[in-house]
Amino acid sequence: MDNIAGKKSSLTWAVHISVVVLVLAWLLPTLGLLVSSFRTADQISTSGWWSALSSQERNVPAIRVSGEEVSDAGLYTISGELFPDTDAVVSAWGTSSRAPQAYAPGDVAELKDGATLTLDDKGAFTLTGPASFEGTRLPRIFSSTATPPEFTLGNYENVLFSSTAAAGVGKAFLNTLTVAIPATVIPILVAAFAAYALAWMEFPGRALLVATVVGLLVVPLQLALIPLLQLHNSIGIGKGYLGVWLAHTGFGLPLAIYLLRNYMVGLPRDIIENAKVDGATDFQIFTKIVLPLSFPALASFAIFQFLWTWNDLLVALVFLGTDDDTLVLTGRLVNLLGSRGGQWEILATSAFVSIAVPLLVFFAMQKYLVRGLLAGSVK
Amino acid sequence: MHPALQGLFTIIIGVGGCIGYFYFSNQFLDKVLYPARGPNAGRNINRANIVRPWLFLAPAILALGIYLVYPVIATLWLSLTDRDQGGAFVGLANYSQMFGEAKFWEAMRNNMMWLIVVPALSTAFGLLAAQLTDRIGWGSFAKSLIFMPMAISFVGASVIWKLIYDTRPEGTEQIGMLNAIWVFFGGEPQTWLTIPLLNNFLLMAVLIWIQTGFAMVILSAALRGIPEETIEAAIVDGANPLQIFFKIKVPQIMGTIVVVWTTITLVVLKVFDVVLAMTNGQWETQVLANYMYDKLFRSFDWGVGSASAIVIMVLVLPILIWNVHNVRKEMR
Repeated sequence: MDNIAGKKSSLTWAVHISVVVLVLAWLLPTLGLLVSSFRTADQISTSGWWSALSSQERNVPAIRVSGEEVSDAGLYTISGELFPDTDAVVSAWGTSSRAPQAYAPGDVAELKDGATLTLDDKGAFTLTGPASFEGTRLPRIFSSTATPPEFTLGNYENVLFSSTAAAGVGKAFLNTLTVAIPATVIPILVAAFAAYALAWMEFPGRALLVATVVGLLVVPLQLALIPLLQLHNSIGIGKGYLGVWLAHTGFGLPLAIYLLRNYMVGLPRDIIENAKVDGATDFQIFTKIVLPLSFPALASFAIFQFLWTWNDLLVALVFLGTDDDTLVLTGRLVNLLGSRGGQWEILATSAFVSIAVPLLVFFAMQKYLVRGLLAGSVK
Repeated sequence: MHPALQGLFTIIIGVGGCIGYFYFSNQFLDKVLYPARGPNAGRNINRANIVRPWLFLAPAILALGIYLVYPVIATLWLSLTDRDQGGAFVGLANYSQMFGEAKFWEAMRNNMMWLIVVPALSTAFGLLAAQLTDRIGWGSFAKSLIFMPMAISFVGASVIWKLIYDTRPEGTEQIGMLNAIWVFFGGEPQTWLTIPLLNNFLLMAVLIWIQTGFAMVILSAALRGIPEETIEAAIVDGANPLQIFFKIKVPQIMGTIVVVWTTITLVVLKVFDVVLAMTNGQWETQVLANYMYDKLFRSFDWGVGSASAIVIMVLVLPILIWNVHNVRKEMR
């Protein structure tokens, strides 16, 4: 449509490039965390995550040669690998700190007492001499290497399954799941009945009730914390899962009722009135007609509520507590930020564990999420 | 009992209880209380229909009453009493104590900055993204990626951005993107989050990053709803793309822009996780919601904590009234 004659192509290019820039700006932060979660602690702390994708040049600190000595026809040989654990490729090496790049891979260095040392590009060295090296200090090798991109699943193993439970994230994951699922399911039915009454039943005070729901939609839940905690304590629920489920149900209801009512009001009047003429009761109309037709709205709300309860920190901290046993993922992350602020391998991995489920839900159900957002923002 | 099992039971009891309640209360109404037969059948049907809406509404009203209406009143009361004096009424003492604290005014100042910057930039970026992605082939893919941070928790987002703001000593390689760029252009590495004033904006960036997708989705739908004729007419009259955007499109979606703006404003007023996770209010980054959390759960000063919660409520009130007003207008 931006078809101003003659300007089209340059403008289109400008649009494409701007969108690429925007998308990168919004994607890179998350990508950085994802890449970091697959790198070792050492890699994360010595180079930026963006360099993990290309091979890395670095000057390796001196490594002293060591290994079993083998003697053969008067020649004594020690051979081995400098980098047994990595795929580093040697670009240059040396035997003294003054000339750390004196030799190319495969060159033979003449050492004192007739000994020779050679290093190939894979880091395999051979030290050969006319006399036994027993009791002498073996030479050191300085090298410059290029390491190809290298990723590990070790962080995830460590964070989720290790018995030291460096992070206790596996437990927190289960806790979060335990909070989120009932807190998502329970409000739906309660809200659906109320929404039907507000949408399709005539009774005095209906407009007032709708207005009240809209008003409650924006009440900050900060106000609810202390009074409800007191209430929970006085009726014996205390701090625990039941309290969190109830709290999330209460806090989620206004949005649920509002979303569902807006959707139900839009259902065709004919269907419902025909059913009434045929003698169906409101209960039957609701369960047989309205509820099945409202599936998209129910799905929208379920996604919202799930994302909200999964990502919530405040309600869980207040109503579930801060014990190690009951801490949810978000709470665990805040603790880790405090206690292990520098250990990015644990932090990044834990954070990614916590955002993986919402991201999955997001990409699988995006259609319903968008639909819900459009219906849910107060017009 | 294992919590997961307990959760399963709660789902069954909760859902089963709901179904049971609705079914049996309706049965009771129709069969026992006001049966639709006998001499008073007509009258009974009418009576049943008067009662029924309240059967449908009762659980919701109960839950809303206990979990939202009652706490607002109770918090208001708590803010006027002193816990240490056994809950004695102290008038506005808590408020005057709060107004005397420098930390409170710091939180107020920061909150006001958040209230201006975050909704403005989120809406602006969202509008830009909506307009740009609207007419290109891979637009919906691009939208998806910009929208994605919406699914990430505030705490997760804080970890993501803390990595960006990370600092390493001078001379070693920087692992935070911001410092890497800064050093690349010749700067010295900074510990960004400890620089007063600037750090507020760095925290705001996190929320803007999350909320832009929301603004984009809503505004993009609004842009599509603009009648094509108005745009065609403008093109015929020789308007350039910028004029079309600012003079034709934006005025027509002003209502939606206001909705997006107010919705993000509400999120900003409640923002707590980002500040708690990144700076915990240190280095002059305190905001009201975190100040309140500090008072309630760290110094256990319920009076002042409740007073600050009421301040948040008062800030929300204009939006609440505006929304209620609009809905009532719509329903007439």
